[in-house]
Amino acid sequence: MNQGNDIVNPVADSNPADQAAHGLTRRGFLKGSAAVAASLMIGVHLPGRANAQTAAASDAALSPNAFVRINQDSTVTVIVKHIEFGQGPVTGLSTLVAEELDADWDQMRAELAPANTEKYANKLFGLQGTGGSTAMASSYEPMRQAGAAARAVLVQAAANRWGVDASEITVSKGTISHSTSNQSASFGELVAEASQLEVPAEPKLKSPDQFNLIGTQVRKLDTRDKTNGKQNFTLDLYPDNMVVATILHPPQFGAALASLDDSKARQVKGVIDVKAVPAGVAVYAEDTYAALKGRKALDVKWDAGKAEKRSTIQMEQEYSQAAAKPGLDARKEGDVESALESADQIIEAEYFFPFLAHAPMETLDAVVQFRDGKVTAWMGTQIQTLDRGALAGVFGVDQSNVTLYTEYAGGSFGRRAQPGGDFASEAAQVTKALGSDRPVKLMWTRENDIQGGRYRPLAVHKLRGGLDKDGNIVAWDQQIAVQSFMKGTAFEDFMIKDGIDESAVAGSKELPYGIPNLRIGQHLMENGVPTLWWRSVEHTHNAYANETFLDELIERSGKDPVETRLKLLGDKHPRHRGVLEKAAEIAGAAGSVPDGRARGVAVHKSFGSYVAQIAEVSEGANGEPRVHRIWCAVDCGVPVNPDVIRAQMEGGIGYGIGAVLYDAITLDHEGKVEQANFDRYRSLRINEMPEVEVAVIPSTEPPTGVGEPGTPPSGPAIANAWRRLTGKSVHRLPLVPFTA
Amino acid sequence: MAVSFELNGKQVSADVDPDTPLLWVIRDHFRLTGTKFGCGIAQCGACTVHMNGLTRRSCVTPVSQVDGGTVTTIEGLDGREAQAVQDAWVALDVPQCGFCQSGQVMSAAALLREIPNPTDENIDQAMAGNICRCATYARIRKAIHNAADTLEG
Repeated sequence: MNQGNDIVNPVADSNPADQAAHGLTRRGFLKGSAAVAASLMIGVHLPGRANAQTAAASDAALSPNAFVRINQDSTVTVIVKHIEFGQGPVTGLSTLVAEELDADWDQMRAELAPANTEKYANKLFGLQGTGGSTAMASSYEPMRQAGAAARAVLVQAAANRWGVDASEITVSKGTISHSTSNQSASFGELVAEASQLEVPAEPKLKSPDQFNLIGTQVRKLDTRDKTNGKQNFTLDLYPDNMVVATILHPPQFGAALASLDDSKARQVKGVIDVKAVPAGVAVYAEDTYAALKGRKALDVKWDAGKAEKRSTIQMEQEYSQAAAKPGLDARKEGDVESALESADQIIEAEYFFPFLAHAPMETLDAVVQFRDGKVTAWMGTQIQTLDRGALAGVFGVDQSNVTLYTEYAGGSFGRRAQPGGDFASEAAQVTKALGSDRPVKLMWTRENDIQGGRYRPLAVHKLRGGLDKDGNIVAWDQQIAVQSFMKGTAFEDFMIKDGIDESAVAGSKELPYGIPNLRIGQHLMENGVPTLWWRSVEHTHNAYANETFLDELIERSGKDPVETRLKLLGDKHPRHRGVLEKAAEIAGAAGSVPDGRARGVAVHKSFGSYVAQIAEVSEGANGEPRVHRIWCAVDCGVPVNPDVIRAQMEGGIGYGIGAVLYDAITLDHEGKVEQANFDRYRSLRINEMPEVEVAVIPSTEPPTGVGEPGTPPSGPAIANAWRRLTGKSVHRLPLVPFTA
Repeated sequence: MAVSFELNGKQVSADVDPDTPLLWVIRDHFRLTGTKFGCGIAQCGACTVHMNGLTRRSCVTPVSQVDGGTVTTIEGLDGREAQAVQDAWVALDVPQCGFCQSGQVMSAAALLREIPNPTDENIDQAMAGNICRCATYARIRKAIHNAADTLEG
């Protein structure tokens, strides 16, 4: 029964039979390596298993569209065009298909789609990719249509076979029935006949009151294999004759190789070769440990001439100076300067947000092979279209000669979404430099990961707020200094409009509160440290600044933080109000605040979803904040799978808390990253995780994402609680800086 | 050098450098890939195995230390505690990305063998060495309690 959780990657642009054939080829390719080791370990899992799956896939199957395949054994396989790294698209998208197909959940399987922009583009981006919590939003109708179309041909096939009218046929839990003639059939029995029929282009979809699966808690399809070690990730691929590569990057961003002495590295048993590559120095070996030892034995000198050599302290000073003046207006209402002049009180604050590494559990890795002019690559790619292009570019081949398989990834948080395809390029360059047709697995170590850049950008915000004598907020000026990671990428036109970069100001630009004089200014800073999306990105620092500064203004006016927010939201933001009221309700139901603790609140909309959180915090014995509980309310439209939504809120909160409490990437006086691993880049651990209670707001609005929106409110909710507990405002993150 | 040990109930030997971390012997040599690499410095627990019955970070354990001993990986994990833990994990849909979960399950199974009905503090102590960047911690805690209840019942 666990076979369904396996992935067989079909090949792009081919019919089902071809897909099966290619899948078999790939299976054989991977299985061969496993067979070598098989004699050593009988009865244990081998990578590249699933003969049964391969055989089943090669049976005549019904493939009415690019997203659904129904086999003669009645299994329904959903081809998921989004990468799965824990946020749940494998289950979520399969739910949509199963719903319209009236399948039984137990017959559902899923596999990840190959790179094929034509078939699998994210309709919100125009290219194949996952990000911005869009998987559900962009797939809600197409995947339901895919399921409904499959259902339609199965029903028609049954009608033809039984000589009855299709409208008299019902489908329930995978059984097709005609009650008056007392006939029934499984999907598999009708596959052959259904394959001959024309697939309707616009099948009728259910109305929400007809839903059986959407809105219920179906079990995740990939859970079992993720508890018994069977789930394969890129790291777990061992194709025949594979070479393992490690890489040494320069110690500063933008530094270049000056000299290389690899004589000691080459003496390490198992090391095959050492090559200078654009990203650094690659060491190739027969196994991982030899590659790691070889890398350690390298003697390398670097040229820092063109490197970013500023420290983060210097950067902060420069950003601060920029933010002292008005920047490009992302939003302007009323007259902020006059309103501040005539205000009864002016409150000012400057915020410092550090670079943050994503630190997914699985470091970046890829397997790339170049043979007979064709590239085959396996990796946890989040933007398949761009990574495929990057692979093609490095090898100088047409994209049609690049087959890219999306693997399950051990987390990402944005790290695997690279507008420049830089990791795919690096892996390709490492493979190319070896000049062999052996597959090469490039594995980053944790040090590569923490020091490898593509961080959430460092940001400085300057805020000024004005209160009138009744404590009403009459002015809000927010200047945001931050680096753009969209400029010069494929996303520039999409993300930067009239000079305003969404990934810098989103979340502040849409400040929902009724403040008559409002200005949000943007300062895009130049910086040689490469940056990237990071779970909610700009929404993390923007929500933090918005919601903590607002809370300070409210506290100054002596008013209630929840009531005042509701008043400021007015009647224009019912969904903000809805989550805020719900969070307050469930926190209230938990009873009064225990002695020695305080609560703080924050509400924020990101990626179309609305989340409010209330945090309860005390001061721990070590003087650090201790987060005991978080009450969270989320409105993400139709809740397709409430338990996945809850899980994403829990995870987003834990991720946000860890960063806000503990994390910063800092550069020293030479521009070298001071953290290298989890010892100094501290991750939240189980003893630091609060109890989390999540309320999911019922809704009939189109569904929006949940991967990211849980993260932004957690930081300000904690900081607001901490300030109310201790009187200390936190304008510099993290709350608990690392001390050796 | 040839190192011999019992791996998931089978006697095996590997001809590798004695300083090779057990993790890479398990993965590269025996192709048991359920045990993961996460940090290489015993900070994250993704590489947790049982060595002579106790949890062990295989990324910092030279294989020479296991010569003549026994090693159990997620693929060979069995017994009633392990079953209860894995069932509880499934019932609560604990994993998200899943990459750390082999290590989490290995630590949790060892905890329940030692302390059949652990308190939250026991859980903190036994599990704080296993990082989950998806922060599935609340469910891990609940699943361990549920598994303990099953074993008791």
